[in-house]
Amino acid sequence: MDFLRPETLAEALELKASRPDAVPIAGGTDVMVELNFDHRRPGALLDLTRVPELRQWSDGLRIGAAVPYARIIDELGTALPGLAMAARTVGSPQIRNRGTVGGNLGAASPAGDTHPVLLASDAVIEVASTRGPRMIPATEFYLGVKRNALEPDELIVAVHLAPAAGPQQFAKVGTRNAMVIAVCSFAISLFPGENRVGAAVGSAAPTPRRAHEAEAFLAAELDFATPKPLLDSVKREFGELVSRAASPIDDVRGSAAYREHALAVMARRTLGWAWQELLSRKNRGGEQSCA
Amino acid sequence: MTLTPAELTSAVSGGIGTSPQRPDGNLKVRGEFAYASDLWHEDMIWGATLRSPHPYARITSVDITEALQVPGVYAVLTHSDVPGRNLYGLEHKDQPVLAVDVVRYQGEPIALVGADHPETARRAMKKIVVGYEVLEPVVDMETAADDTPLHPGGNLVRHVPIRRGSQDVAAEVVVTGRYEVGMQDQAFLGPESGLAVPADDGSVDLYIATQWLHVDRSQVAAALGLPEEKVRLTLSGVGGAFGGREDLSMQVHACLLALHTGKPVKMVYNREESFYGHVHRHPAVLYYEHGADRTGKLVYVRARMYLDGGAYASSTPAVVANAATLGVGPYEVDNVTVDAYGVYTNNPPCGAMRGFGAVQAGFAYESQMDKLAEALGMSPVDVRVRNAMTEGSVMPTGQVVDSAAPVAQLLKLVQDKPLPAGTSSDLRELPGGVSNTTHGEGVVRGVGYAVGIKNICFSEGYDDYSTARVRVSMVNGSLAAAVHTAACEVGQGLVTIMQQIVRTELGIELVTVLPMDTTIGNGGSTSASRQTYVTGGAVKAACALVRDRLAGRTDIGDEVIDETTEWRHRATEAIDPETGQGNAHVQYGFAAHRAVVDVDVELGLVRVVALDCAQDVGRALNPQAVVGQIQGGSAQGLGLAVMEEIQTSGGKVRNPSFTDYLIPTVLDMPPMSIDVLELADPHAPYGIRGVGEPPTISSTPAIVAAIRAATGLALTRVPVRPEHLTVT
Repeated sequence: MDFLRPETLAEALELKASRPDAVPIAGGTDVMVELNFDHRRPGALLDLTRVPELRQWSDGLRIGAAVPYARIIDELGTALPGLAMAARTVGSPQIRNRGTVGGNLGAASPAGDTHPVLLASDAVIEVASTRGPRMIPATEFYLGVKRNALEPDELIVAVHLAPAAGPQQFAKVGTRNAMVIAVCSFAISLFPGENRVGAAVGSAAPTPRRAHEAEAFLAAELDFATPKPLLDSVKREFGELVSRAASPIDDVRGSAAYREHALAVMARRTLGWAWQELLSRKNRGGEQSCA
Repeated sequence: MTLTPAELTSAVSGGIGTSPQRPDGNLKVRGEFAYASDLWHEDMIWGATLRSPHPYARITSVDITEALQVPGVYAVLTHSDVPGRNLYGLEHKDQPVLAVDVVRYQGEPIALVGADHPETARRAMKKIVVGYEVLEPVVDMETAADDTPLHPGGNLVRHVPIRRGSQDVAAEVVVTGRYEVGMQDQAFLGPESGLAVPADDGSVDLYIATQWLHVDRSQVAAALGLPEEKVRLTLSGVGGAFGGREDLSMQVHACLLALHTGKPVKMVYNREESFYGHVHRHPAVLYYEHGADRTGKLVYVRARMYLDGGAYASSTPAVVANAATLGVGPYEVDNVTVDAYGVYTNNPPCGAMRGFGAVQAGFAYESQMDKLAEALGMSPVDVRVRNAMTEGSVMPTGQVVDSAAPVAQLLKLVQDKPLPAGTSSDLRELPGGVSNTTHGEGVVRGVGYAVGIKNICFSEGYDDYSTARVRVSMVNGSLAAAVHTAACEVGQGLVTIMQQIVRTELGIELVTVLPMDTTIGNGGSTSASRQTYVTGGAVKAACALVRDRLAGRTDIGDEVIDETTEWRHRATEAIDPETGQGNAHVQYGFAAHRAVVDVDVELGLVRVVALDCAQDVGRALNPQAVVGQIQGGSAQGLGLAVMEEIQTSGGKVRNPSFTDYLIPTVLDMPPMSIDVLELADPHAPYGIRGVGEPPTISSTPAIVAAIRAATGLALTRVPVRPEHLTVT
């Protein structure tokens, strides 16, 4: 196995073009497990840890694919609360120090923790090859179980994610109180200025996916301009629609029926928390304008 | 450590009753401890094991031609290369070193490869072509005895009946139940590993992480066709055991490869292989009927239990005996009918794990006691205290409990502890933790109690002894001692305990513990909570011999005082095969727990808020180690209560990884309040009572009782899964 160590993004793209069999590695928290267990043995590893462009983020926000979860939690928690919440549920502190969103996207596991947030927050994935860059909306990125929209010569370069326009929440069910893979997960992002909500489920279908009907229901039902306390019936209906967006399976981590049930509960609760935050922001804003 | 005035003025510090720092502690915390997986030898090669993908199949052919042609491969071995007896086992020699014409479980070893690199070995292994005729596996423990026989004698490994008192008495209040215990894994962190080094005379040295050097040696020697003195074992760094290293894993395999190639051979299982490479806790199905009068006094207990031993017997016979003889719990019951069955199936082999049969019965009888309390309108503690065994009580085997049995006191101690504050608002202290599933919604608190009983040391007439050698000489003008045994330090702290005993007995501060190996006599197994009792007893006895020869001298010049002795606990008896009557056990240990849980009843997630314990340890030779054992045992019980299970389907393991076999983290296990009683057992050295296992027994049912209290659900199976709580 060759170990390729580019120093720049351009060099990395050249290498990937000449060696499409090379598996990119940054934190290695997925790839190394697969190698150690001999689940795959690629012809080459493409080490991205020396490529500075991938380890930076900029206001706006463009987050380099190799920015570790720990930095997202520490540095981007205010701008991207949903992503930070999801990042906080990834593995152990050691894993969060190494693991990256780019790795989550590269593996494209339906159980990847950040996927629902990226979907619910309208993230766009920037990929590139020597042929040039390409912007792929998160909704078009996940193609199947552990399959994504990357071409063999492409690398994931960054994730574009606007600073939160409104409250965001993420919740994940696992059968342990820390360091646990998702049985199912859910993310919600409120866009008050656009009178809409983003909602997505994880680990409950072959790919992470948006809950379009649930989003449409809330867009019609909610009054973002003059928000009032939520009716329980709205939360319940939203939960049902989220649950219906999933097509889970029975597996060793949980049953399909449980996943559907848990998604409805998480959707209901996270909507409640996000909406409550919106209400209290409005109230605070009102007080300030009075003063 | 804070020294008391008495310790400060005594001649020697670090004796019994204190908690000197253990030598391996800092190394382990810093990741610097040398485990068996770190073994290295110049010119060594690596072994790999080809395992069956099928739970049950006839082997029609094995073709190793291609594997042998892989560059770097030194040897490919099959059953025909086993020079001695190709069968081993702790109680029945029924398990092949390498499968011959049939495989009885998924993961059964078929062939070995030795190569210059572990990757080469694995690659070559994949080139071995095995022809299988796949057979329908036997997987149901309740019907296995009448199913396709997997072994010549049929599928019943052992039936233990207990008949005491009236067999047809009636009672005013009767509760019945069916309970299930899933297959728990020891989940030790250091995978199976060892290094075999061949010698010119055809003998072999094996450096190995194990629990019992001498029984490993006798099984290895038999398989190799060598006299025992030609097989020398030395304990290597052990990363946890909990029963899972009592059976052989790669011991014979590494030695076969070493003797065949003439090269040192290292074998290390990876985490997935480890799940196939050792026995697990027996899953069980248990039917119980408890009859009581209106005051809550038990009139009778009837139980029928099935324990799934999987493909090979391992220690199933002894596990079944424990489940049966301890099957009514720490209660006085005059009329007992128990039938416990251990069976062969094509599920993974099961054997020793902390609690050893008492865990399975404990979940069932404690669930029944709660059910009885509810039927009587009594509190769970009251109904237990009403029936609590005391010193002088008679076991269902007819054995009189002849030392402290403070069952009621233990229950009251945990009952009287302050309850934790109300539900927290910190995510880390809520069900689901930082996964952010609740901010308090759906969270209901529950409290539950349980108490358990465990036999300490080996039972049923087994000649259970240990051998210790203590040697004293002058070092730099002072007396110094060396202590040598073959008793395995697996992380429990035996090294420190032995040093403490020598310091106390001889007043010598400098005590060196020599490597544990087979150049000295048998130390017995590091299991059954027995090493401090038995090997501790042997060290104490050897010290007494040395002390006589020292005769108070503090300077012995060039003299070396060297004493070796065997020490055994008082004898036990076999139980009657028809009635189960007999003095089967040496000593009983008791622990009680009170669990407080927060359950998110909508999502079915549980956080154990408090898990407080009271346990009688007879005498705490090392108080810190005692508390550590109680915490660890309680955590392992917590794991069985809410998450730990090897899930199987048609005999195949579905979750052989730490991604899907979950063990508790620090956010799952609460800090514990622990009361340690020291009610000396007059029959035991220093009055000690084995510590390691009792807390594992009561922890699980206490937590499940608390979850029942929170949810109102019956919960008859462990581990409790979210689906059980949401009924989805």
